[in-house]
Amino acid sequence: MKQLPPPIRRIALDEPPTIVAPPEPEGNGATTHVRRSAAGPVRMSLEHLGVAYGRTPAVKDVSMEIRQGEVLALIGPSGCGKTTLLRTLNRLTELTPTARRSGRILLDGDDVDDMEVTTLRRRVAMVFQQPNPFPMSIFDNVAYALREQASRRPRRSVLEPVVEEALRRAGLWDEVAADLDRPALRLSGGQQQRLCIARAIAGRPQVLLMDEPCSALDPRSTATIEELIAELRLDLAVVIVTHNLQQALRVGDKVAFMYLGDLVEYGDARDVFSAPRAQRTRDYVHGAFG
Amino acid sequence: MATLGLRAPRRSRHESLSSWRIRDRIGLALCWLAGLTLCAVAGAIVLYMAVRGVQFLRPELLFTAPQATLDQSKSGGFLDPIIGTLLLTVIGIAIATPLGVCTAVWMVEYGRPRWLARMVETGIEVVAGTPDIVIAIFGLALFQQGIFSWLSFTSADGAVFGRSFLTAGAAMSLIALPMVFGATREALEAMPRQLREASYALGKTQAATIRSVLVPAARPSISTGAVLGMGRIVGDTAVVVVLLGASLRVDPTGAIPGVDVLRGTGGTLTSYVYNNSPAGEGGAPEKAYAAAFVLLLIVLALNASVELISRRAGGGVLGLGRS
Repeated sequence: MKQLPPPIRRIALDEPPTIVAPPEPEGNGATTHVRRSAAGPVRMSLEHLGVAYGRTPAVKDVSMEIRQGEVLALIGPSGCGKTTLLRTLNRLTELTPTARRSGRILLDGDDVDDMEVTTLRRRVAMVFQQPNPFPMSIFDNVAYALREQASRRPRRSVLEPVVEEALRRAGLWDEVAADLDRPALRLSGGQQQRLCIARAIAGRPQVLLMDEPCSALDPRSTATIEELIAELRLDLAVVIVTHNLQQALRVGDKVAFMYLGDLVEYGDARDVFSAPRAQRTRDYVHGAFG
Repeated sequence: MATLGLRAPRRSRHESLSSWRIRDRIGLALCWLAGLTLCAVAGAIVLYMAVRGVQFLRPELLFTAPQATLDQSKSGGFLDPIIGTLLLTVIGIAIATPLGVCTAVWMVEYGRPRWLARMVETGIEVVAGTPDIVIAIFGLALFQQGIFSWLSFTSADGAVFGRSFLTAGAAMSLIALPMVFGATREALEAMPRQLREASYALGKTQAATIRSVLVPAARPSISTGAVLGMGRIVGDTAVVVVLLGASLRVDPTGAIPGVDVLRGTGGTLTSYVYNNSPAGEGGAPEKAYAAAFVLLLIVLALNASVELISRRAGGGVLGLGRS
């Protein structure tokens, strides 16, 4: 096997060994983190996907499938193209004037380029790294996602049950039910992020993209959101970018390791962590470079 | 005692003035002097006008219409100028706000082609820098054209008068426009990219994003800009003299109720003050003082409301950048 780049820099993980040796699958029921995949139909397929900013390639020739019922965790060092890949799936990279894309992305068999971009983004929703609720009430944040292009219809009374359901699925309902008219920006960071998840799933998307959704949050909010992801994957396909390897192992059914724009390794989460095939993956999951 | 305890570390943090060069020390003294002088001047204006105002202002002046007579006991109050000020401000800001907001939205959210955006920006800078008397004269030349005859009075021989609340309001909107535009533009530019992306990621169009997210979030800034613009309109005299006729009373034109007032001429508090002051016809300086005091109160109230708007918005919308 080809020897690949020497460690760029060492990072000191607090508890690195637990990454390498995943807990026993038959282990104690309280740690439900490692689960059996409930893989459903293929929702998205990427065919020879490449993205470049100007002349700098960010993602090179990536092909893979994203299934419903599965959480795909994208891992890799900073600047390896994870976020770019994620943002390409709902064509958000098109907002960057210099970005160029090659290859095909299919959503339920249809080329996303043939779709109206607004339709695509309603079917492939996204949660960002920084919680970014709109400066309006909690209710309006979710309702905005549901209403047709900023129209005032349907009315509040019609939307109320749908908004409630979205907030319940995002695990936020009990905390905000008393006052849905509170400004969303008054919520805590963790609550804001769950509101953003509620907003994203309110329109029943088929795929949910999450760009390091917990990186701005404390451990407790992180745990809440990870549990949420585990539940959400039953109804939709989840793609999550994470810097946190433990998180990738906890929430991911499949793991894709990217390095300098290449998809180096892709497979079941436990296999990638316990028996990585590529040297670069081995170095990375062992904390040799970050 | 406590102050001594507090002052000690401050001293040690800041270098002592004696180490400054003499020129810098003089400069610092001048800065202090400038600030204090400004406070003193502002205080003097308010105090002087307050004393004069209280001395001459009678409640009936606010509610009686002025009469054209040399006998000051019969010349009435300044009800009409107050109405004129309010009317002109409402017309001016009603034109300036949508115009300023739309221009700012286009500049920040579209701004293509670049040369056009630069031209628009220059245009607004020119408008902001043009003396109000020049805007007024230009307005008069423009509104005396035949196609604008519906805005004002037309004489029997067909000459368009060009002076009315509508034409003066249109000119006033140019005076308020830069304030509304500047405030809106600044607010939109300060909004984080993530906010726009959040909306696009929900499948919203750019138009929907602007209408439902960006402009509502900019509302406190827009209000601030609009109130500042209103202050400019309330205080302007040149446009009133040239384009409103600066007549003593609101003088309707035509037969349609309501519209006749808008097409007619009138005056404002500023023109009333000018006409009654020793600099104008000099008829009634006491009434000029009283009216000037009312004018000052209106401007101070507008400034206070700017403060109020920005303070109330502090917790909510301006918290955007903090996320």
